[in-house]
Amino acid sequence: MVPTFKEIEAWIADIPDPEIPVITIKDLGILRGVDYANGNYQITITPTYTACPAMKLIEDQIMENLSAKGIGNVKVNLTYTPAWTTDWISEDAREKLRKYGIAPPQHSSCIKTMGGRMPDPHCPRCNAANTSLISRFGSTACKAFYQCNNCKETFEQFKCH
Amino acid sequence: MTTTNYLYNYCLRLGDNALILGHRLSELCSKAPFIEEDLALTNISLDMIGRAQAMLKYAAEVEGKGNNEDHLAYRRAEINYYNHLIVEQPNGDFAHTIVRQLFVSAFELYMYSELEKSKDATLAAIASKTVKEVRYHLEHASDWVIRLGDGTPESHHRTQKAINELWMYTGELFEMDEVEMALLHEGIAVDLVPVKAQWHNHLKNVLSEATMMMPEDGYMQTGSRKGIHTENLGHILSEMQYLQRAYPDATW
Repeated sequence: MVPTFKEIEAWIADIPDPEIPVITIKDLGILRGVDYANGNYQITITPTYTACPAMKLIEDQIMENLSAKGIGNVKVNLTYTPAWTTDWISEDAREKLRKYGIAPPQHSSCIKTMGGRMPDPHCPRCNAANTSLISRFGSTACKAFYQCNNCKETFEQFKCH
Repeated sequence: MTTTNYLYNYCLRLGDNALILGHRLSELCSKAPFIEEDLALTNISLDMIGRAQAMLKYAAEVEGKGNNEDHLAYRRAEINYYNHLIVEQPNGDFAHTIVRQLFVSAFELYMYSELEKSKDATLAAIASKTVKEVRYHLEHASDWVIRLGDGTPESHHRTQKAINELWMYTGELFEMDEVEMALLHEGIAVDLVPVKAQWHNHLKNVLSEATMMMPEDGYMQTGSRKGIHTENLGHILSEMQYLQRAYPDATW
């Protein structure tokens, strides 16, 4: 039996993001599609940031999952277009991020080209709105670092992108 | 020259800028003034190296001689590098590092916003990712220049010194030669005349908020479009290319 695209997708959709393992590549919107061409299954993925170091690991994991199902003719393609945006992160995944202690991203429409500042995120622990930016850059390309002025805990924010 | 030659050269210019400044910033890994800034500068470096990889990969495809992005990064001599002179300048003190970043990130934001409309689909795709990343770099650099300029007399003095010393490298950012004109005609390259106006306007606002003087245009350094560099590039390449030169084709 030849597997359908839906089945193929189901076998790889649950691969966790290597840096934030509570969400999957499907949740994040990294998995862009499954196709068949030139005798190969073509899996298309897109990086969050151009230099995202997790891409190679994700590619290997896709190959491994499909190989376990007996599918060897797989090619993983990387696309830059349309450019990934945090707006593709599902509602479920946002909730998972919050529970994990990472403030989920706001809608990208709040990015101003210059001059405007994005509103500070709510604290993922006590939900206070009174938070301050500590560092624009965090432990991975996609996160910034904040502190809650209410419960005093520090937390990471998934940067709006 | 054919359009293919021009396009190859244009991709190298964009890729080399990202690679060399990415490398410069990576030199600050574990040496930045404090940990948050260490993370910031190396994150910016990572974004730039990612962009360099995408650009040089495309350059190699356009060239069509079986090279890949690593061959282009590690096997070209400085005369075949086309990055702007400003990106190869040493990090200097923190004021120099961050003023250089302000000048470059502002240029990149406005230039790549135009390149998103390029008729070349690959350049447009890389540009659409780059714009999102450099917007964030520019915000960071602009905030710092304002904070340093409007800070202590010492930070004010050093920031003004950095602005004055780096200014002579900014003219080159907007030069348009045969390569750019030919590709502009094809709808591929960016017209740098309006980009210069936007860049100038952004800097005017940031420097005025930072209580800094904006220099008058004087003598401007030039040469990189022809592969002529300051002595700094050779030193960068000797370190960056050492392993591939000593052990050709070595892999992890």
